[in-house]
Amino acid sequence: MQLTLWSYEGPPHIGAMRIAVSMEGVHLVLHAPQGDTYADLLFTMIERRGRRPPVSYTTFKARELGGDTAELVKTTIQDAYERFVPRVLLIGESCTAELIQDQPGALASGMGLPVPVLPLELPAYARKENWGANETFYQLIRGLLKSRVPAPGGEPRRRAPDERPRANLLGPSALGFRCRDDVVEITRLLDSVGVEVSVVAPLGATPEDLLRIPEADFNICLYPEIADQACHWLERMFAQPTVKTVPIGVGATRDFLAEVGRVTGIDTATKAEPSWSRMPWYSRSVDSTYLTGKRVFIFADATHAVAAARIAAEELGFRVVGLGTYAREFARDVRQAAKTYGVEPLITDDYLEVEARVSEAHPELVLGTQMERNIAKRLGIPCAVISAPVHIQDFPARYAPQMGFEGANVIFDTWIHPLMMGLEEHLITMFREDFEFHDHATPSHLGPGAGSGRSRDMGLESLGEGVRNSEIVTAWAPEAEQELKKIPFFVRGKARRNTERFARELGIQTITVETLYDAKAHFGR
Amino acid sequence: MNLLGTQPQASIEECAAPGLNRERGQRQVFCGLAGIVWLHRKIQDAFFLVVGSRTCAHLLQSAAGVMIFAEPRFATAILQERDLAGLADCNQELDRVAAEVLQRRPDIRTLFLVGSCPSEVIKLDLAKAAERLSEVYRGRVRVLEYSASGLETTFTQGEDACLRSLVPELPLLPSGERSLLVVGTLPDVVEDQFARLFAELGVGRLNFLPPRQASELPPVGSGTSFLLAQPFLGETARALQARGANRLSAPYPFGVEGTLGWLRSGAAVWEVSDARFEEVTAPAVARAERGLNRHREVLAGKRISFLPDSQLEIPIARFLQRECGMELVEVATPFLDRRLMEAELAWLPADLRLTEGQDVEQQLDRLRSDRPDICVCGLGLANPLEAEGLRTKWSIELVFTPIQGFDQAGDLAELFARPLVREALLRV
Repeated sequence: MQLTLWSYEGPPHIGAMRIAVSMEGVHLVLHAPQGDTYADLLFTMIERRGRRPPVSYTTFKARELGGDTAELVKTTIQDAYERFVPRVLLIGESCTAELIQDQPGALASGMGLPVPVLPLELPAYARKENWGANETFYQLIRGLLKSRVPAPGGEPRRRAPDERPRANLLGPSALGFRCRDDVVEITRLLDSVGVEVSVVAPLGATPEDLLRIPEADFNICLYPEIADQACHWLERMFAQPTVKTVPIGVGATRDFLAEVGRVTGIDTATKAEPSWSRMPWYSRSVDSTYLTGKRVFIFADATHAVAAARIAAEELGFRVVGLGTYAREFARDVRQAAKTYGVEPLITDDYLEVEARVSEAHPELVLGTQMERNIAKRLGIPCAVISAPVHIQDFPARYAPQMGFEGANVIFDTWIHPLMMGLEEHLITMFREDFEFHDHATPSHLGPGAGSGRSRDMGLESLGEGVRNSEIVTAWAPEAEQELKKIPFFVRGKARRNTERFARELGIQTITVETLYDAKAHFGR
Repeated sequence: MNLLGTQPQASIEECAAPGLNRERGQRQVFCGLAGIVWLHRKIQDAFFLVVGSRTCAHLLQSAAGVMIFAEPRFATAILQERDLAGLADCNQELDRVAAEVLQRRPDIRTLFLVGSCPSEVIKLDLAKAAERLSEVYRGRVRVLEYSASGLETTFTQGEDACLRSLVPELPLLPSGERSLLVVGTLPDVVEDQFARLFAELGVGRLNFLPPRQASELPPVGSGTSFLLAQPFLGETARALQARGANRLSAPYPFGVEGTLGWLRSGAAVWEVSDARFEEVTAPAVARAERGLNRHREVLAGKRISFLPDSQLEIPIARFLQRECGMELVEVATPFLDRRLMEAELAWLPADLRLTEGQDVEQQLDRLRSDRPDICVCGLGLANPLEAEGLRTKWSIELVFTPIQGFDQAGDLAELFARPLVREALLRV
């Protein structure tokens, strides 16, 4: 058993639902008890979808357990087929149905329905949501295309000299982070180098669209969490190369274009960067010098975490002090990136552990999911959301991609705005005695009331157990306490903690003004 | 145009209870776990530990999505593959997880172990576990258990199961003493209003179940009369009766009529005179009428359908029809306990289309052909119906909002008026 307060991912059948909801003409029948229909609201409320998910549930109850739940499965499938007339039927089960072993997939296959029926294996006690989505997307593609795999040794399709190369965008899905806008941005980016988008899947695709996947020259694995298995299979079966660079951040977008260039033979290197690529200049502008060395803690799905770390370190000049993911399947990528930035990777789906690590790392900015937003709020640290699991706010009305050059602009704005602005930071340092620059003042650009609780002193009360339980009790001499108050409030908590740590390490029991400045020299960047 | 013909259109004697259509099919409802979302806020020293799957954790998180930024007093012990291998191991695991919870939250005085669909199917004996853990934490934490599985409970029935588990723990009311017990989670503000009214009437000792602190359980005994404040507490009522308490038959305290009937039921036991009752309630009734008037204009003559969900459908439909002049197209409820609904059913029109149970597809078909002005449904269905041009009210709001009592009658009407007012405002 695992104690879970908040979870990063739902069960695997939610992943299957995300694929079905993304597509047109696909229906999912879930063998699941009453209550599991809650999942519909993820799509209709969080994503504000105006259509019911194409999912039928058996909603069995205790009285049916004694009787014939298998019959209920068949009736549900028959009714769903007749009512919704899908072109592909997916069959799955949720955690409880897995225990009663009705084998709904086998039952469905035996019903002789005139459309492809794909049974899904979704081990609810071992796997999670992203795995379920990845597996469902792969099974769907494999199920529809396996009869069309060319014989080995055949010639791969050659495109005519005047024909634009075509790419499929694979992986964008319902409940994904900013997928809707990323697809628009990447389509525009590819168009700018002469590449046409053929099929986008699963988001907005029909089963017929999936059949057209092999017609493209290559696949772009836009969200590996959803599409890496499918891309791998297509590469093996249809000799379609996969572009694997995920274009989040300016550097990654350039690398992405270079990889597209290698696959297509197009010279992307000499193409001028578009006029709307503002992030590199914004980051070089003098105003941004205050961003240098800001401590940032990153926790997300693997793709967004790795991309965020690179942007933070290379494009904004931050210092990565924590990097982790809840996506164990992709832990390797995060471990590798963590090595680059010299931090210990955090691979866990335990929210409490993430909270402890964030608290220890004393970051000045947290980049995470909605869970880390919760953690950051509690610790009084600014935060920006960079990845699923999603919240209704992660589906903004405006255009807000993460990918491509416009995505980099969006990221610059969203990460920088929660921070204190450059000149403001200097003013506060100069006029620290100003009566309005107190612990509860919020950054002026956030407006009154914006940060209730945001800028509270990150002092002892928010420290982890470690400090409170420490054996040496360090006390502050009154004049040191006075001197501490002259330090701007937004770094005061850190100064206090660093000084106490310094004192503990040296066995100093009373912190004096000297200790304070010794510690400053010790920890100074 | 005066559409305020909203005085009760029929008295109890004139009205035969409506007939019932039973429906079976896909149910679009929460399971009882959803009740934890409000129960954990009400009982401030209790912690709810669901023993279930990742789905249970995900459901709670999704249903409680709005409250994600508060430290939850609930969690899920998620069953893993290795737990399913052998049950002995499962009990040890549960003990470990419970210890982890109680270590993290030393302020907790009552721990509810909450059963789920998977824990029911693997027949994990939570009663035994609660007994064992009670022994371990004796004097510090009371450990109780109930099942909120979707196999056995629908949405608000989770609260019934929870309160039912508290009943054996209630101390005994000394013989010769009398008490009035109000049963069902009410927002604190409503509780305080009722407490003031009953005090003025001279009724009491008055207690509430659940209490705000589980360590302050109300006494019960043969001198106890109880009033249900929520219409979904059949099991709790039976358990209280088994302890000698007397259930007062009453309508539910929604709207002026319902609240009057409900209070009067309690007052009758304490033999409060009609004059005194009138004197105490008249100012509140007048206030409630003023509050209602604004919304009657919007609601009168409008047609409403209820999809089955919160179990509050019948009393709220009664209020909207009799006090706000709405026309009831269909009222569906997950299950009908005639015993608990006796007073309410008598107030509904005899020709009402009353449905028990659900086949969501059939119901949506009827909704599309009825095209009511507003329909009450769960969160999963609301936006799709809005997109089809139907106005909706989320039923979950009815369990989260203070709607009982005189001073909330206007608010209750406003919940239904708001979508219509908004519809009239928007030009986009």
